[in-house]
Amino acid sequence: MNKPLIVNSWPHLHTKESVKRIMWLVTLSLVPTGFMGVRIFGWNSLWVIAISVSAALATELIFQLLTRRKITLGDGSAFLTGLLLAYNLPPEIPFWIPLVGSFFAIAIGKQVFGGLGQNIFNPALVGRAFLVASWPKYMTNFTRPFNYDAVTQATPLALLKEGSLEPHLSYLDLFLGYRGGCIGEVCIWALLLGAAFLLIKGYISWHTPFTYIGSVAVFTYAFGGKTGLFTGDWIFHLLTGGLILGAFFMATDYVTSPLTAKGQIIFGIGCGILTSVIRIWGGYPEGVSYSILMMNAAAPFIDRYTKNRIYGSK
Amino acid sequence: MVNLKENKHRTEHKQIESIPAPKRAYISLNQQLKKSFSPLVKAGDQVLKGQKIASIKEGIYSAIHSPISGKIFSIQDSPHQVLGKGKAIIIDNDFQEKSVATYLRTQKEIDSLDAQELRAIIRETGIVGLGGAGFPSYIKLTPPRPIHTLIINGAECEPYLTCDYRIMLEKTEEIILGIGLIARCLGAKDIYIGIEDNKPKAIEKFRSKGQGLKVKVLKSFYPQGGEKQIIKNITNNEVERGKLPFDSGVVVQNVGTALSIYEAVYLNKPLFERVMTVTGSCLVNPKNLKVCIGTPIKELIDFCGPLKENPAKIVIGGPMMGIAQNNVMTPVIKSTTGVILFNKKEAQTTDEEPCIRCAACVRECPVGLMPCMINLASIKQLWPQAKDFGALDCIECGLCSYVCPANRRLVQSIKMAKLEAIV
Ligand code: SF4
Ligand code: SF4
Repeated sequence: MNKPLIVNSWPHLHTKESVKRIMWLVTLSLVPTGFMGVRIFGWNSLWVIAISVSAALATELIFQLLTRRKITLGDGSAFLTGLLLAYNLPPEIPFWIPLVGSFFAIAIGKQVFGGLGQNIFNPALVGRAFLVASWPKYMTNFTRPFNYDAVTQATPLALLKEGSLEPHLSYLDLFLGYRGGCIGEVCIWALLLGAAFLLIKGYISWHTPFTYIGSVAVFTYAFGGKTGLFTGDWIFHLLTGGLILGAFFMATDYVTSPLTAKGQIIFGIGCGILTSVIRIWGGYPEGVSYSILMMNAAAPFIDRYTKNRIYGSK
Repeated sequence: MVNLKENKHRTEHKQIESIPAPKRAYISLNQQLKKSFSPLVKAGDQVLKGQKIASIKEGIYSAIHSPISGKIFSIQDSPHQVLGKGKAIIIDNDFQEKSVATYLRTQKEIDSLDAQELRAIIRETGIVGLGGAGFPSYIKLTPPRPIHTLIINGAECEPYLTCDYRIMLEKTEEIILGIGLIARCLGAKDIYIGIEDNKPKAIEKFRSKGQGLKVKVLKSFYPQGGEKQIIKNITNNEVERGKLPFDSGVVVQNVGTALSIYEAVYLNKPLFERVMTVTGSCLVNPKNLKVCIGTPIKELIDFCGPLKENPAKIVIGGPMMGIAQNNVMTPVIKSTTGVILFNKKEAQTTDEEPCIRCAACVRECPVGLMPCMINLASIKQLWPQAKDFGALDCIECGLCSYVCPANRRLVQSIKMAKLEAIV
């Protein structure tokens, strides 16, 4: 007993969880989705993913070097942002798009706020919103599934908006991901697989995703029909667009969503209503990313009014 | 809900052993409430086992007694488990075991004592809460308003510790008699003992022996044994914010305290020894020990040795709320519940990272606070905001720090905010 004893404060036990572990496990949960994205849309998607992730890592590194902050590439958060951005991109885009998008996501979406944990908006969605606003043509250029020559096709939601939905798209096709769309949003079963993993492991809670998806279902059923109230095809709305990706993997982003269960429920319902409103009446066919970004802005206020009840309060 | 790894297996099946009295005892003059006692003896004096050697007058009158017979070596600064350093009466043991003259009270005599007389005995014998806080029992037993419910805390929710469990098994009758005395002091009608469901044998014992005692089986989770938590889980009522259990007519006492009250009244024995757990992966023979107050923890460690490996950290108390020590000569005081030796791997510390707002701390806080927000406010010294997020209600259980993936030192910053916000 000659060495000096470690003296630090309680508690003297600690969970095995760490930021790093959480980020990499979330990344792991997204692997099946990426795999299916590449399978459905071809190798080009893999390039998009690789460029997006590398650009995110490089941007993080540069910023941390410039500001002389600790280099934290290993914590997986920049990797995850790059990955999520790629999943929100169409498979056939010029290679500089993910590059610019990831740079913007990390630089403006995260580092200018002060790095991990400080940002208000989901960085990947900031990157995507920037790309959609700047290069809408590229960002709405979707390829047909299993058609590796980059034959383009509008997404089901866009077709719905134009009133010319291809009749042969069954729910099963949508569930399996055989439709045009972003790399990581189409394959529903793969997304659900990853989501189930995160839910069971407790890395996300049900509050945000379930209320989000639930309110989209109710809202689109009530108001989404052409032939009057309560005739909407809500199943279609759940299976298309980026709802499942957004609800389980973007709206649940720790940093930019509320802290308490109550707050997360409000957040989820808010996202759901906004998404439905944009889809049904808005100018865009899809509204998941903008809804989440808008609710991100509201999160600090939600936090303020949804504190947990303190023991012994009246 | 967090299920902590209990690590009670090392000692829960081991009978309580007595460790021989130390050659030299260091009786701290700070046994409770960080108040200093005044010595009644001086260097060179001869003392008897059980003799009163220090007292305190300031409102909270209580006493400290010598656990051994021998000669006062000196009164000087010694290590202290909470304060780091403090005055202690150092006694050299003469191993004569000469006790002050005493006698056992008969049941008839005890039956004739009224509440006031019982309290006087409890005060004179220096009984304090043995669960950790060391609050003088006689104050708790002199409530300012009527008490209807007495809760005996047998939860022992801290991992590693098994001393309460062992006395519940080995001293069931004595504890039950002690509970009876406490109830008489308080005039309480509803008497509960709360035991976690990971201690089925203790539950069974109290069910079969404790007449009039309602045995409540509690789910095993930390901090089930926190005063406010156990009140809520047993009576389904909460203690109002900023108030004491007294105010809702409830008193909580630990099982160890009930045992020492039994010994004080029936055996006329002052509180100069207690049962505690000495454990950890570094020890070959972890044990539950009956220890004289004033024994340096080094002797306890040697008694439970040999060491498998050198400890990197030594904690007095439980692993969640205990205090890391830098000196193995730190003596046991009345409220010492255990000594835990952690090896290098277990003691490893990690750097603080930025909060990722994962909400784990918010979800797990047993009081319903937002530890991450109090932490941020505290770092920026925004004390009113910290108070707004509930800093004053924190029970310092440490769960938030335990679950935080970013290793944030939440409970320390909250404690700081608490101190600052009160001022
Ligand atoms: S547990 Fe830690 S990282 Fe998570 S919200 Fe609380 S302080 Fe932040
Ligand atoms: S230490 Fe305080 S803030 Fe942290 S979990 Fe316990 S009661 Fe809540």
